[in-house]
Amino acid sequence: MSATLEGYNFAYLDEQTKRMIRRAVLKAVAIPGYQVPFGSREMPLPYGWGTGGIQVTASIIGADDVLKVIDQGADDTTNAVSIRRFFRRTAGVATTTRTEEATLIQTRHRIPETPLREGQILVYQVPIPEPLRWLEPRETETRKMHAFADYGIMHVKLYEDIARFGRIATGYNYPVMVNGRYIMSPSPIPKFDNPKMDRNPALQLFGAGREKRIYAVPPYTRVESLDFEDHPFEIERWERACALCGSTESFLDEVVMDDRGGRMFVCSDTDYCESHRPDRSEQEAAE
Amino acid sequence: MYVAIKGGETAIDNAHALLAEKRRGNPAVPELSLTQISEQMALAVDRVMTEGSVYDRELAALAIKQARGDLVEAIFLLRAYRTTLPRLATSEPLDTAAMAVQRRISATFKDLPGGQVLGPTFDYTHRLLDFTLAANGQDVPTPEPADEPLSADLPRVAELLNQEGLIETAEDGEDGPVGDLTREPLTFPAGRDLRLQALARGDEGYLLALGYSTQRGYGNSHPFAGEIRMGEVTVEIVPEELGFPVEIGTVTVTECEMINQFKGSKTQPPQFTRGYGLAFGEAERKAMSMALVDRALRCRELGEEATVPAQDEEFVLSHADSVEAQGFVQHLKLPHYVDFQSELVLVRALRAEAEARAEQEKGSEEKE
Repeated sequence: MSATLEGYNFAYLDEQTKRMIRRAVLKAVAIPGYQVPFGSREMPLPYGWGTGGIQVTASIIGADDVLKVIDQGADDTTNAVSIRRFFRRTAGVATTTRTEEATLIQTRHRIPETPLREGQILVYQVPIPEPLRWLEPRETETRKMHAFADYGIMHVKLYEDIARFGRIATGYNYPVMVNGRYIMSPSPIPKFDNPKMDRNPALQLFGAGREKRIYAVPPYTRVESLDFEDHPFEIERWERACALCGSTESFLDEVVMDDRGGRMFVCSDTDYCESHRPDRSEQEAAE
Repeated sequence: MYVAIKGGETAIDNAHALLAEKRRGNPAVPELSLTQISEQMALAVDRVMTEGSVYDRELAALAIKQARGDLVEAIFLLRAYRTTLPRLATSEPLDTAAMAVQRRISATFKDLPGGQVLGPTFDYTHRLLDFTLAANGQDVPTPEPADEPLSADLPRVAELLNQEGLIETAEDGEDGPVGDLTREPLTFPAGRDLRLQALARGDEGYLLALGYSTQRGYGNSHPFAGEIRMGEVTVEIVPEELGFPVEIGTVTVTECEMINQFKGSKTQPPQFTRGYGLAFGEAERKAMSMALVDRALRCRELGEEATVPAQDEEFVLSHADSVEAQGFVQHLKLPHYVDFQSELVLVRALRAEAEARAEQEKGSEEKE
């Protein structure tokens, strides 16, 4: 643990705060999908920039952990770089960009393409933890709705989408039902990633710092995307493959090449993309 | 050909180096010292201490310097520092009646025991730019000392009204332990202790606008500035091993008690009610705005119907904190291209369906 920040505790937070957050995490794991209020601290990074995820990561990270941080699927987006650096400075832990090597992955807006395994923990940064928030702005009301599992307004909303647009018009932050009990916001991941949450062998933790909520999906928990029998849930599809690795399985980002409609599609998961490039596997074979 | 952002780490380092250079400005101009900021930008320091929730002029001055004068950013810096500090003790309630007053005015009585004391105020200055200030070294007038010292007895205006029973008294039980929203998450409905804490930390501009709205008809609170006082008060704590209060220092605060009309309810006769505001340093606008909003938020307890934004506790308190608000507004700068891609896919699909439908309708019209 060399070159860590002087004058601060391991992973920045003091041990009392970590204990308080771990308690909230344990409660969240015990009640999958339920939003546990916690005494979120003011962090040296801005609210809305991952303070919830950072606090969860800081509370559970150990000196032996290997940390990966992604934003939009990529390890080298500026905020991912900044958060990874924060933990290198405050905890001195090893970091990686390889999904398989990581024991702890903090993410914003994506789930890695490479399947997670038992023992790994995925920490999501959550801006608005309340899946019903856009239907009912009041916390006092939405907490009651969850308590009574009174989810009528959500089903009406999805139905109205179908009536107006012929489909459920939600592309990201697509609501899920966890363990058959709580409707949960998967955080603003594309709905493409929703099926990965279902019965995932890894522990999934969600931290919302500004809104002061933690929730969890324990390993192998049922996570269903809301739908109707005659309008089953479906994910985004692209008519092309990644321009760099040729994958037809991954979520693609659209990159604007010029101002004449030129577009290029590449994997949003940079680690996945790099490990699937044909040139790389040829290189490795040659070595 | 790969155009997606790479090399984020170097870019961040370079951006921060540029920021440091910009912060310093022209190196030929002497650098500001923290003492200069705290002495000559005193009200900026007061605001940063109030909303940053730390009474420390030097740290606040440092935050202002580091933030290039951006007070909201300075408040954020101070808060992020505050969060790491241990909580050693909770002070006894401040006795503002025993304040060493620099300013004390009441708009409800022409004169009152202890008198009206204007103190250092912008009020009644004509807002004419003073070009002599632009030149260095102008003469600073020395204020004439008063003929007699201020009375040690400066009763609070609310207490004077209380003798006649014309104003509500503080409810029983308000002396109990107070909550701390920086340790426990705020839940609704919030107690008045937490509400006042949230307002004291709240953004001045936001509270000013909300308070203003209650005066303009979005609320019906008929406020009077019962009393505004500013000066030093002593802070006391009771160390566990001693069991009695000891003085640990003094802080300068501005306190405002608004007096509001109340028509009475089934259980209470008509009387005046109070709204309370308190801020570190000289922060009169903040304290007054806070008092207006506090009174508006007391609607539930006073049996008034909540009909306007300033009375909506969840709305007011959830959006008052500038550190939360500025973070979430500015997080829109972060990449959202995955979400946006999902939206693109969706909107293209919806448009394709809409166009197909339009074609179909056109086709069937042509057949007819």
